[in-house]
Amino acid sequence: MSVILQVNNLVKRYGELTAVKGISFEVQEGEIFSLLGPNGAGKTTTISVLSTLFPPSEGDALIAGHSVVRQPYAVRQVIGIVPQEIALYEDLTARENLNFWGQLYGLSGRELKARVEEVLEQTGLQEKANQRVKTYSGGMKRRLNIGVGLLHRPRLLFMDEPTVGIDPQSRRAILETVKDLNRQAGMTILYTTHYMEEAQELSHRVGIIDHGEMIALGTQAELVRLVGQKETLVLHFGEDQSTAAILPKIQQIFGIQQVIAEDHTLQVLAGDAEEVLPAVIQICAAENLKIRTIQIQEPNLEAVFLQLTGRALRD
Amino acid sequence: MKNILLIAGKDLRLAFRDRAAIILMLAAPFLLTLGMALVTGRLTSPGGASSGPSNIPVLIINRDGESLGNALVETFQSAELDELLEAQVVEDEQAARRAVDEDQVAGLVIIPAGFTRSIIPPQGAVIDTTAEPVKLQFYANPARPTSTAIIETILTEYLSRVEEGRVIGMASVFQMLTSGVFTPAEAQAYGDEMRRQFSESADETALQDDEFGTLTLKVIGAPEQESVQFDVMAFMAPGMALLFLMFTVTYGGRSFLAERRQRTLQRMLTSPTALPQVLGGKMLGTYLTGVLQLIILIGSSSLLFNLRWGNFWGVLALILLAAFAATGWGLLITAFARTPGQVSTYGSAVMLTFGILGGSFVDLSALPEPVRLISRITPNAWGLDGFTILGLGGGLAQLTRPLLGLFVLGSVLFILAVWRFSRRRDLIQ
Repeated sequence: MSVILQVNNLVKRYGELTAVKGISFEVQEGEIFSLLGPNGAGKTTTISVLSTLFPPSEGDALIAGHSVVRQPYAVRQVIGIVPQEIALYEDLTARENLNFWGQLYGLSGRELKARVEEVLEQTGLQEKANQRVKTYSGGMKRRLNIGVGLLHRPRLLFMDEPTVGIDPQSRRAILETVKDLNRQAGMTILYTTHYMEEAQELSHRVGIIDHGEMIALGTQAELVRLVGQKETLVLHFGEDQSTAAILPKIQQIFGIQQVIAEDHTLQVLAGDAEEVLPAVIQICAAENLKIRTIQIQEPNLEAVFLQLTGRALRD
Repeated sequence: MKNILLIAGKDLRLAFRDRAAIILMLAAPFLLTLGMALVTGRLTSPGGASSGPSNIPVLIINRDGESLGNALVETFQSAELDELLEAQVVEDEQAARRAVDEDQVAGLVIIPAGFTRSIIPPQGAVIDTTAEPVKLQFYANPARPTSTAIIETILTEYLSRVEEGRVIGMASVFQMLTSGVFTPAEAQAYGDEMRRQFSESADETALQDDEFGTLTLKVIGAPEQESVQFDVMAFMAPGMALLFLMFTVTYGGRSFLAERRQRTLQRMLTSPTALPQVLGGKMLGTYLTGVLQLIILIGSSSLLFNLRWGNFWGVLALILLAAFAATGWGLLITAFARTPGQVSTYGSAVMLTFGILGGSFVDLSALPEPVRLISRITPNAWGLDGFTILGLGGGLAQLTRPLLGLFVLGSVLFILAVWRFSRRRDLIQ
């Protein structure tokens, strides 16, 4: 496989704020690469720079051999983008939207017509193709938003949190579309998300990004190895319960690596969660804390993020 | 260029799909014009009371004192032009010029001695076909462009009809001579007869009412030709159309910032489309929407109210340049606004201010001079000047000043807006 995207020390500053702090990574042609990180980590800024919306403050990236700094128009011919927000004209129909965006990408005549029909079929919008977008449900709009990004068959597709704010059924449909695009069309996809499950399900490789820095990068197995074979014990308490008092006591239990208390939830990283569980319950009972649920998670990307940042991914 | 046209076409389609926009672009000016027409009585009695220009003060010095000079004075002082003009014959040229300079009157018309004789030679005189006729002089007050344009139009129309009669007469005599219809000896008698008839008709009243009673200027020598009419609606309707044209361009500006908010601007900028192309497409879309709005308003008012807007090419040129200047304002407002809401707020304020300043509601000549000067920053004032000239029978040749004014205004605004846009870093970040 050849490298389609090579990012070198990319920096983006907005005045005093540095949103992206010198990240570097590569994406191979034909893979799904996920940028996983919480909100405000710098994922959208990275995608915006890579899609040539604005130039980086420092560094560069090569897409299919073209520099995003020096050859933005060549880069735009190669890439497609599915923005986080639904970027469509609500007073145009789905077909009119696709025609407009397709023509902007240089499609015309029979090719344009054929691609519009293909995308309508792919997104399941054929029957409502002549209805104005403002009459669509949120899920339908999301599908059309993705469809616009696919029209010109880009070699590299950027998908910026495409499942934010939609129902589980539409989310499932979008994830299947992403997998199909990669498997059947061989499309390379750079996918950003703050949902660990999506990154785990879709990605060949994952880059974990936090505060504008790439803190870990590799396949899921490689990343999990970073935290060893640690499990995560997750305890949920009632809303009127405070976990602050028990933290020091739990940290002293033998075999516990790390403890994080957030929003009435306690996350305990341990080599063997089942082994430390009785001691944890005992301390909670002594402090009159009522446990609502207990969950033991196998090593996953959430645990990796927790281990590396000391915070939960959803923050 | 293809992408610019694509974006413009898309904007045009979106503008005419927005019901609220259509109401404000087309229905509102139409209904307001209709309302004003009802108030002024235009619908019940054509040529009813005017809210347009009236009582334009003009001074005349008649040094000719013969048939054509007297006919021109009579034209200016006729009952039919009584509402429009307040013409006064004076003797002292210096005092008259001072009155113009001091903005007491809109202009001074000087009919030089020999004006009639230069067109209708006296009996027995040798006709010099190469000699230039003695020229009328018009000393205009630049502070009252609409009023001076009206006077100029009346003068031009008068002169063109006189000149037409002179040329036709001479051509007929020479044609008959060369074709042997009569001999050179008989030509003298025919010439004298034609001169007599021409002179007599000039002494008759030059102004007549037409069947509708609207203001009609009929000039000697061509009684069967189409007459010039000034219809009150021809002043009100352009005023309303220009007022709501400002709304349309504001709408266009708002759509630019709305695209940024709904992220379609950013999406365009990650396609093979540059920011200047997007800006160009948005400008063109706004401009075309304005042009289409004026064409629809003018076309429909012509059909429904039988309104005469005047010379076709003049109307077209005015539409194109008025929309250009208005788009410049829309763009400049957008260049300084941060949100679509701000464009609406600033736009509405500018639209109403320009409506008042630009003469859409009141006759500009009735306003103080500083206000009239400030009004030149509005497309409304220039546009109304132009439509008034056309309404009075003027053509493209008389539109030079308003067209130039609109072009310069639009160009300056475009340059300012593009300069401002080039300094904005927040558009895509």
